[in-house]
Amino acid sequence: MEASTLWKETIPGAGTWSHILKRGTALRLMDTEGGANVGAYFLNAALPAERFNLPDTLKAQHTAKLTRGHVLMSDMGRILCSITEDSLGWHDPLSGCSNAALVAKKYGQADYQEHRNAWHQNAYDGFLIELAKYGLGSRDLQATVNFFSKVSVSQDGALKYAEAHSPAGSFVELRAELDTLVILNTCQHPLDPSPVYAPKPVELVVSRVPPPADDDYCFTYRPENGRAWLLTQRYLL
Amino acid sequence: MALTPSPLDPAAASRRFTVKAGDPFVHEIGRGQYVRIVDLEGNQAVDTLFYNADNYADRYSAQDTIRTQGNIYLTAGSQLISTEGNVLLTIVADTCGRHDTLGGACAAESNMVRYDIGKRYMHACRNTFLKGAIAWEHGPRGERLDKCDLTSNINFFMNVPVTPEGRLTFEDGISEPGKYVELRSEMKTLMVISNCPQLNNPCNGYNPTPVEILIWDADVL
Repeated sequence: MEASTLWKETIPGAGTWSHILKRGTALRLMDTEGGANVGAYFLNAALPAERFNLPDTLKAQHTAKLTRGHVLMSDMGRILCSITEDSLGWHDPLSGCSNAALVAKKYGQADYQEHRNAWHQNAYDGFLIELAKYGLGSRDLQATVNFFSKVSVSQDGALKYAEAHSPAGSFVELRAELDTLVILNTCQHPLDPSPVYAPKPVELVVSRVPPPADDDYCFTYRPENGRAWLLTQRYLL
Repeated sequence: MALTPSPLDPAAASRRFTVKAGDPFVHEIGRGQYVRIVDLEGNQAVDTLFYNADNYADRYSAQDTIRTQGNIYLTAGSQLISTEGNVLLTIVADTCGRHDTLGGACAAESNMVRYDIGKRYMHACRNTFLKGAIAWEHGPRGERLDKCDLTSNINFFMNVPVTPEGRLTFEDGISEPGKYVELRSEMKTLMVISNCPQLNNPCNGYNPTPVEILIWDADVL
């Protein structure tokens, strides 16, 4: 079975999107203009108390960045989504998301009454509003990741934001290994040093994809990933 | 690493507790109170969560904390930031020098992934956290803690270096017997500890040991 596109759409800058990405489908994110940032959070759609667990994901794969071959693990030892394609090599799992105070301090206040859809939005409120649509609240929001952004860590632990990391045309693809509530937000990265409020759009492509084999690149990337895939398969029986 | 000893005298502490490895410890800390965690025998990881005691949904956020201070390690001077942007506590003394924000807590499920499916029945921090959470019934409006409250924790005394290339590893601890970290609570907070029982990696030097908790009242200095 070849991959087949189900639909395409564009999230404008500072937009929030959600979808239950079904097993057997994949989500490709494309930074069409360059310089985009996509905050992302993931929960097991059937059992939302099971959600993306950042420490479990990072320590199992001995990494502080995300790229092709990595899988996004839940707190139950299972794989929510696998990163099957990536043109960039580094997506940021460390820095979290912007909030109202950070955006106001960096870019100033801009309310809807005066600025209409150019108002200044922030990722934290976007995530909370979208979670509320599924009956979930702030206690259900844990650590998020930032696609298309790179923040490295120096020997002394200091964070270093990489400017101009994502050129136009950069892409990353996620394959759902179990039905996953995916929440995306396109606000600027919280460490983006630009004083200009200019969140970028991203293009989404949702496709039907063949079921992965046991020797899939992501499941053999590390032995830990293979065990997480085994636990995922047992869950699906 | 710069070390910062505390001027506080253990003899003047108002409360002292010993927490054995594998046990939870849940305690409210008043605004202005000081809490010290002592690594009694060395190389012990102390998995710790903090909450605004008046609103448990407002809780320690690893990502907000490390982004705000621009550094992944905690030491004296670090402010622990909540999901709603409050400063929960400040680390005021530290004779270890570095504490982890990224490694999270061990769990039966993550042990299966990391080591072997057969590790499911080894004791793990997230079971300890759940035991402590389930038993705690003192929320400001009678609310309790449950799994949704268990977020990415601090690992006091644990060494999880990240390389500039983005590699993360668990290394031998840099703590020693008697090393401690001390925090001042900037608001009324709830502290939830799992004194880590992990036997599969060097986070406890393969020998989980007790820690001591000391609390001083706000007017001690």
